[in-house]
Amino acid sequence: MSDESMRGAAPLVCARDVHKAYHGVPVLKGIDLDVAAGETVAILGPSGSGKSTFLRCVNHLERIDRGYITVAGEQIGYALRHGRLYELSERAAARQRRRVGMVFQSFNLYPHMNVLQNLIEAPVGVHGVPRAEAEAYAMELLGRVGLDHRARAYPRQLSGGQQQRVAIARALAIRPELILFDEPTSALDPELVGEVLAVMKELAGQGLTMIVVTHEIGFAREAADRVAFMDGGQIVESGPPGEVLVAPQQARTRAFLSRFI
Amino acid sequence: MSETTELALRDVSHARRQVDWPHLALWVIVVGFGLKLAWAAAQNPAFEWKVVGHWFFDPTILRGLSVTLGLTVVSMAIGVVVGVLLAVARMSSSRLFRGIAWGYIWFFRGTPLLVQLIFWYNMSTLFSTVSLGVPFGPAFVTWKTNDLITPLTAAFCGLALNEAAYMAEIVRGGLLSIDPGQMDTARAFGMTHGRALRRIVIPQAMRAIIPPTGNQLISMIKATSLVSVIAMADLLYSVQAVYNRNFEVIPLLMVAVIWYLLITSLLNVGQGFIERRFARGDRNTKVAEPA
Repeated sequence: MSDESMRGAAPLVCARDVHKAYHGVPVLKGIDLDVAAGETVAILGPSGSGKSTFLRCVNHLERIDRGYITVAGEQIGYALRHGRLYELSERAAARQRRRVGMVFQSFNLYPHMNVLQNLIEAPVGVHGVPRAEAEAYAMELLGRVGLDHRARAYPRQLSGGQQQRVAIARALAIRPELILFDEPTSALDPELVGEVLAVMKELAGQGLTMIVVTHEIGFAREAADRVAFMDGGQIVESGPPGEVLVAPQQARTRAFLSRFI
Repeated sequence: MSETTELALRDVSHARRQVDWPHLALWVIVVGFGLKLAWAAAQNPAFEWKVVGHWFFDPTILRGLSVTLGLTVVSMAIGVVVGVLLAVARMSSSRLFRGIAWGYIWFFRGTPLLVQLIFWYNMSTLFSTVSLGVPFGPAFVTWKTNDLITPLTAAFCGLALNEAAYMAEIVRGGLLSIDPGQMDTARAFGMTHGRALRRIVIPQAMRAIIPPTGNQLISMIKATSLVSVIAMADLLYSVQAVYNRNFEVIPLLMVAVIWYLLITSLLNVGQGFIERRFARGDRNTKVAEPA
């Protein structure tokens, strides 16, 4: 498959020949993808094409059946010792996930904690950041997503768009090397999509490494450095948005994009 | 009719409530019955309220009450802790832990509490010694069962281990009620399974766990009266001991009934407080009063 190798530095995320099946039904059929540090990659494709599954494999929320994935040079979920490959313990896998932030389609804020507590839970509890420092950084992040005045509110008291902006701030609060976005605007009312995309565009412009599974062609066009189009468990086509979205080479990509015009 | 007069007439803010006569009549009947019942009980000499008053704070009764409360609190505390562990084991990915939890719940829910209590009490006839060591190998420490199993420890074992089996299923139900996305999120942020349960899943599950646990606690208070079969002097046993001597059966049972009702009422109030505490983050912060 297409693989725009990053000249020079090793890619931050590297997926090779990733396969995954659920109960014998193949979902991913050989994904190869490199993401350079600072790059924003948008993964587009029809429902059921395996986009979200692939994203969940990147931080080992799902196990893969074949191939491998590395993040910052470390193999996800496994470790090489004396030339042999071992599956990581649950604790070691958890440690690996510390460097990767994730934003979910249905926000998944912790409903029993207020906004500030949501943001500092992982930094204080998992990373061992002193509470005062974590709170100061959390307030700064809430300011960046325009919600510092809602720090004491509970998630259910916020609109969907506000909840997703909090979820993005929560992912940033762990100072991640990489953020995974799993259809971050799909559960939002149409008039709330814009505020979330605006925050994401700003992040993409600031050199954060992001993999974004999305249906927002507009976001992919404006904010992504690269677009990967997935269908049937494979990456059919990938390249700069100016090429893939404007002059797709593959019939399946053309068929998918034609529905959005 | 003009627009303004129409508004003046139809504006719902002036609407009056209709008097619901049948409902009002029902009120009168029910209140009347209640008063009559109270009056009858107060007037009936067979209740012997003087005797009730005399024994209500008697040291024998209060000692029995403290045994009942102590057994309830300790057994329930152990039951909750073991129950949570069993629930987590039952949902674990390890077949071994699932098997252990399943077997435990199967046995302790499947046999009557009374039988379990008697078995614990008579453990020494089954096993005369208890030792800690390698199975089929050497033993490091050995105790005589009769030294370990007193009526008190037999009562704790019987009540707590039985309670744990029921609590396990209550906790499991609570854990199942939480969106799996919460566990995913906690794991995605680098939490271990245990930490995710402790910080994210269990606090949310508490809302579903508390009402049936309140139920269990109240059942437990009354279940402690079963320990009288192994010669533990709980509230009911103490009352029986007194009326076996003075034959004032009804007034002494009334003493027990009033104490049980008092404790239960206190627990209801406590449950209300705890439910409100765990309702944090709910859009409707008001919580239904416990029944």
